[in-house]
Amino acid sequence: MAGQTLYDKLWSQHLVKERGDGTALIYIDRQLLHEVTSPQAFEGLRLAGRKPWRLDANLATPDHNVPTTLKERAEGNAGIKDPTSLIQVQTLDDNCVEFGIEEFKINDPRQGIVHVVGPEQGATLPGMTVVCGDSHTATHGAFGALAHGIGTSEVEHVLATQCLLAQKMKNMQVRVEGKLGTGVTSKDIVLAIIGRIGTAGGTGCAIEFAGSAIRDLSMEGRMTVCNMAIEAGARVGLIAVDDTTIDYLRDRHYAPTAAQWEAAVADWKNLVSDADARFDKVVTLDAAEIEPQVSWGTSPEMVTGISGEVPDPADSADETVQRGYSRALDYMGLAPKQKITDIRLDKVFIGSCTNSRIEDLREAAKVAKGKKVADSIMLAMVVPGSGLVKRQAEAEGLDRIFLDAGFEWREPGCSMCLAMNADKLGAGEHCASTSNRNFEGRQGYGGRTHLVSPAMAAAAAIAGHFVDVRGLGNDGAANDPTHVQEA
Amino acid sequence: MKKFDRHEGLVAPLDRANVDTDLIIPKQFLKSIKRTGFGVNLFDELRYLDEGEPGQDASQRPLNSDFVLNQPRYQGASILLTRRNFGCGSSREHAPWALEDFGFRAVIAPSFADIFYNNAFKNGLLLIPLAEDTVDRLFAEVAASEGYRLDVDLENQRVTTPSGEIIEFEVDAFRKQCLLEGLDDIGITLKDEAAIRSFQDKHRAARPWLFRDSA
Repeated sequence: MAGQTLYDKLWSQHLVKERGDGTALIYIDRQLLHEVTSPQAFEGLRLAGRKPWRLDANLATPDHNVPTTLKERAEGNAGIKDPTSLIQVQTLDDNCVEFGIEEFKINDPRQGIVHVVGPEQGATLPGMTVVCGDSHTATHGAFGALAHGIGTSEVEHVLATQCLLAQKMKNMQVRVEGKLGTGVTSKDIVLAIIGRIGTAGGTGCAIEFAGSAIRDLSMEGRMTVCNMAIEAGARVGLIAVDDTTIDYLRDRHYAPTAAQWEAAVADWKNLVSDADARFDKVVTLDAAEIEPQVSWGTSPEMVTGISGEVPDPADSADETVQRGYSRALDYMGLAPKQKITDIRLDKVFIGSCTNSRIEDLREAAKVAKGKKVADSIMLAMVVPGSGLVKRQAEAEGLDRIFLDAGFEWREPGCSMCLAMNADKLGAGEHCASTSNRNFEGRQGYGGRTHLVSPAMAAAAAIAGHFVDVRGLGNDGAANDPTHVQEA
Repeated sequence: MKKFDRHEGLVAPLDRANVDTDLIIPKQFLKSIKRTGFGVNLFDELRYLDEGEPGQDASQRPLNSDFVLNQPRYQGASILLTRRNFGCGSSREHAPWALEDFGFRAVIAPSFADIFYNNAFKNGLLLIPLAEDTVDRLFAEVAASEGYRLDVDLENQRVTTPSGEIIEFEVDAFRKQCLLEGLDDIGITLKDEAAIRSFQDKHRAARPWLFRDSA
């Protein structure tokens, strides 16, 4: 018999019951809750007279609607000017009190984006099943946890039963082998993967990311890769446990206590795919060939390297693809064959559950240090993923680097990734964004998103257009306006 | 949940691939704490020419007359015909809520995104995956004949076209049963309460660190 994949192991460790109709009941260890996808779930419990099955499995924090400006945040919930946003955050607070669920409220220093907060607190552990009413829950798979997004009906189902009705997914492995070039990051890896397999490439699958380039990543880098598994169509992204995982978790607030630590670590070390495990699909990428990536269109698969150009729809043989490309170029205001380095930006956003952790901010600060944001950039903002990330960055002086360069330094939240709060793009504005989705209107009505790494976003802020972060060195090249041709 | 057994209705074609949930219902409408009322903002950025805000009077907004759902021939459509990877992106259940609230009972496409697929079935919205060439053919038929209707029979897993052609489709046994009977998932799961408790006890004994109250 073939060995088990990591996904197979996690599945069988949580299997309560096969139901005989192709579905199974699986047990859920952790549910993260935020204000957008939970109100109807709590209302459902109330209407049915049900209580949460297990309180200590849940952890809540508001993130999507919270303002990121200091002045508003100082006022707590009262600083949320949009009345509908305020009701949503207030409803989460009220529901957590009513049902007895722990919540990091708006001005708690531990508040932040759920997918930053969970790991940071050690509330995400290897071997767990983790769910949240948010598709980027795939992030937590970086810890060898089985984690995926669910809808609001399922949020209610997990609250009421501690289980999900699920179907086993297929196993897919994406191997990234070799060494990344200087200036190339985990974000570039995952964008390159999506560019290769497409936004439906992982549909129906749990993707395990493996290979030496993945092993070489920090936990922050691994979270960035797993975070965007959903952009490749896979609800689940996974990375096997190793010493990097274990070292990250030591002494985290909800990590196992001293008495349980050794047993937990021994258990976690089994959370790897067996050498003879069989995958339904395997894709391999050479890390050395990955360039810094920039998305040019309105789907994350519409992405290319910094040395590339916008494609010509006429070059595609598939009519649906041709129409999709033409529509995307029209929306984005780009011409076929336009060089990526000729795309000029209006705004820059560094943040989101993909890229707002301390390492992301360090990479961006390294590029921004001693430079100035280009005059043509209307707004360049850095939004840390949590209050604790913000505190750590300030302790390292990163806030000063950003502020001196002309970036705004904001309070934690989802912010301009999906623009549910006041942070948004205006129609027609181009944004270099470290977020995860470049869909039409995602960052604001008519807004034009280009997905990039934190280093690439910082470099674009300084140059006013995309530049190859690998060529920057310390020669100030990115500040040279002659470096670009007018688009 | 609303039952679904058989449905006969007008078909509207949305000819684009990778329709994401941001396009189905933009984020500003996710601020509602209700499950209903999203239909008026379904495909908001495609349907209207202005930027939509929650609570607007939609009858005063300028319509995009080119958009398929605004065309007179598709008024009252209850079956959406579209392209591959429909519903990709975010997990917002507001997407099926909006489709259902607008009046759609079924969506036909070559493929659907995973989370959307789960969410749709929990809200009485039947998703029908058909082969790419069959979908191509249906697009051509819809375009060629005004008032094109399909008859969807879930029990027998068949779609019947106006010419009497029968197209069979796949659906998992569990989801089919839930739709046919309008079953509530939580009620079904709680029938296994004893099995869940017994699993939980073993799980806690084996891995106590997963339970914050057993530290």
